[in-house]
Amino acid sequence: MSSARHIALVGMPNTGKSTLFNRLTGGNARVANWPGLTVELATQRVLLGSQMARIVDLPGIYDLSGGAEDERVAQQFLAATPLQALVVVLNACQLARQLALVLQLKALGAPLLVVLNMSDEARQAGIRIDTAGLAAELGCPVLAVSARLGEGVAELRTAMGRMLQQPDPHTLDLSRAAPAADWHAQEVALWKRHVQHPPTLAAGPTARIDHWILHPAAGLPLFVLTMFALFQLTFALGTPLQDGIGDLFSWFRGAALQPLLAHAPALLQGILLDGVYDGVSTVLSFAPLILLFFMLMAVIEDSGYFARAAFMMDGLMSRVGLDGRGFVMLMMGFGCNVPALMGTRVIRDPRGRRLTMLTIPFALCSARLQIFLFLTAALFTQSQAPWVLTGLYLVSLLVALGTAWLLRGRQICSEPFALELPPYRLPLWRQMFARGWGECRSFLRMASTMIVAGVVLVWFLTHYPDQHNSFAEMLARAMAPVLTPIGIQSEMAVALVFGFVAKEVVLGALAVITGTEGAALAQHLAGSMDHLAALSFMLFTLIYVPCVATIATVRKESRSNWFAAGSVVWSLGLAWVLCFVFYQSARWFFG
Amino acid sequence: MSTLLALPLHQSATVLDLATPVDLTRRLAAMGLRRGCQVTVLRRASWRGPLQIRVDSHTELMLRRIHAAFITVSAEVAA
Ligand SMILES: Nc1nc2c(ncn2[C@@H]2O[C@H](COP(=O)(O)OP(=O)(O)OP(=O)(O)O)[C@@H](O)[C@H]2O)c(=O)[nH]1
Repeated sequence: MSSARHIALVGMPNTGKSTLFNRLTGGNARVANWPGLTVELATQRVLLGSQMARIVDLPGIYDLSGGAEDERVAQQFLAATPLQALVVVLNACQLARQLALVLQLKALGAPLLVVLNMSDEARQAGIRIDTAGLAAELGCPVLAVSARLGEGVAELRTAMGRMLQQPDPHTLDLSRAAPAADWHAQEVALWKRHVQHPPTLAAGPTARIDHWILHPAAGLPLFVLTMFALFQLTFALGTPLQDGIGDLFSWFRGAALQPLLAHAPALLQGILLDGVYDGVSTVLSFAPLILLFFMLMAVIEDSGYFARAAFMMDGLMSRVGLDGRGFVMLMMGFGCNVPALMGTRVIRDPRGRRLTMLTIPFALCSARLQIFLFLTAALFTQSQAPWVLTGLYLVSLLVALGTAWLLRGRQICSEPFALELPPYRLPLWRQMFARGWGECRSFLRMASTMIVAGVVLVWFLTHYPDQHNSFAEMLARAMAPVLTPIGIQSEMAVALVFGFVAKEVVLGALAVITGTEGAALAQHLAGSMDHLAALSFMLFTLIYVPCVATIATVRKESRSNWFAAGSVVWSLGLAWVLCFVFYQSARWFFG
Repeated sequence: MSTLLALPLHQSATVLDLATPVDLTRRLAAMGLRRGCQVTVLRRASWRGPLQIRVDSHTELMLRRIHAAFITVSAEVAA
């Protein structure tokens, strides 16, 4: 047996486990004001006192015997792992309904450490908790903590260190767990004895904000406006940075790389400069946009707005066979499809879940956004570009919802679910940076591996066997019958094929295929495509398979090769048909 | 007696019984919505969307109308 001593963080969804995990370990687990965000285990080794321990952040669970997939991961882990301690994270403002989980665990004989998190919010609400009394009655340490402000975390560390001294780890036998309902009476009694509540709670800021955010008429326009503002702000702040970085790369190429490689063999020069450097620098200049996009996304995620969006959209979504949570997953998919697909685990009904999984690949993710930003900037005027982008987002939503509507079967979605609407919370700078930087780093990692490899491969394909009769050329000829009717030049075929692997490669591939980069690439594209062709290309890029990672996730989450294959075929077919209809009818109208 | 669905907005009531599907009942109980708790309907979403419900003073949640219809509450006379 390994000597690793495990300490698990358990608790109901949205009680701040991931925030606490990050505090304790300096890790970068994703945090959001949305119940059910964490769906995978996160582990990190930390030194507590003089001993190493492995801290595990579990997905939230409502009780020990519930059966949703999102709860099962945590339950399986608890049943299989000998634990040195269980840190039960509770929301101090909601003890009246969260103490039962502690009682349930205690009855199983688990070594517990109870954390009353969000004690800052409890204090503000005027809630007073007798932690010593609770500790005495529960027979385990009880600590008031604010993971957000870092209060009480040092004490928690000490207490955890003490638990490590105990000789034997404990494995839970969940089959012996009594139903949570058996504990409710005791829970209420405990709460009454040890928690003092102000007699009436004043309508807090959350109620006042909700008045507008959930306003029957203004609510939805406000949400659309907020998302629009997020994108606008990203571009307004990010584009100058991007241009700056692009200029820097071009300058470096001219001033340092070209002279340096002047005497190198032509082949090496070609691969390094026209292949790797041009491709990767075009892609890398998007790093500031990624950083900003996800920092702003973190603000929205952490505010609690998404839960409200689920509330507002549920009525509409149920008509296409989805539910409000599906809408939120689509929004998260605007960042990246992969975590959004994993987030569908909160949906219990397998049919509803699969339907949601079919729609998410159509969410216009940040990788596709790069391509669209580049193309719209190259081909459209400054006043047209935002409208084109907004249009693409609308198409993305419509295609997603249309897919659900077409494939929903006969019944309307009636999955029994209830969703918490957490209070509004302000994001922390630290968390915003952590999120933006985390995404940026994985983007850079990808740029340095996958994109380099893709770009080099494209370079070979376009230069061998010889420049004028290359593999790329052959591929283009083979695909021309399919691509010509939808207005996509065969030159683009290779880029589209590589876009299958990852959309991040597309721009790099285009740079290599055309032998230009940055501004010159934009000019080249503007010369070779008209508006309709560009729109058709973007439409196709939006709808056809997002990337290998997404397909792999669909496969993993649905546990079905057929389902994943069906999803790929559906999106490819739909992309072609929609582009065909669009391109041919537009050609017919505009000549 | 009334159902949660029929309860007028902003009127507080006590939950008497839940005839919702078992899984949902369990989850609602974990969220504090169980027999004996105080509930208030804060608003109803458009397009026959869900209800926003406050449970005691600690939790707010959304619940679909079809399920709210299976929750009986005491219809106290508004003060
Ligand atoms: N005021 C306050 N907010 C907190 C505190 N800890 C966490 N939060 C906020 O609570 C929300 C949920 O935090 P997470 O860490 O994502 O919660 P989680 O328990 O991991 O949630 P799941 O992934 O759903 O299980 C976020 O908006 C946090 O910023 C705290 O001590 N005080």
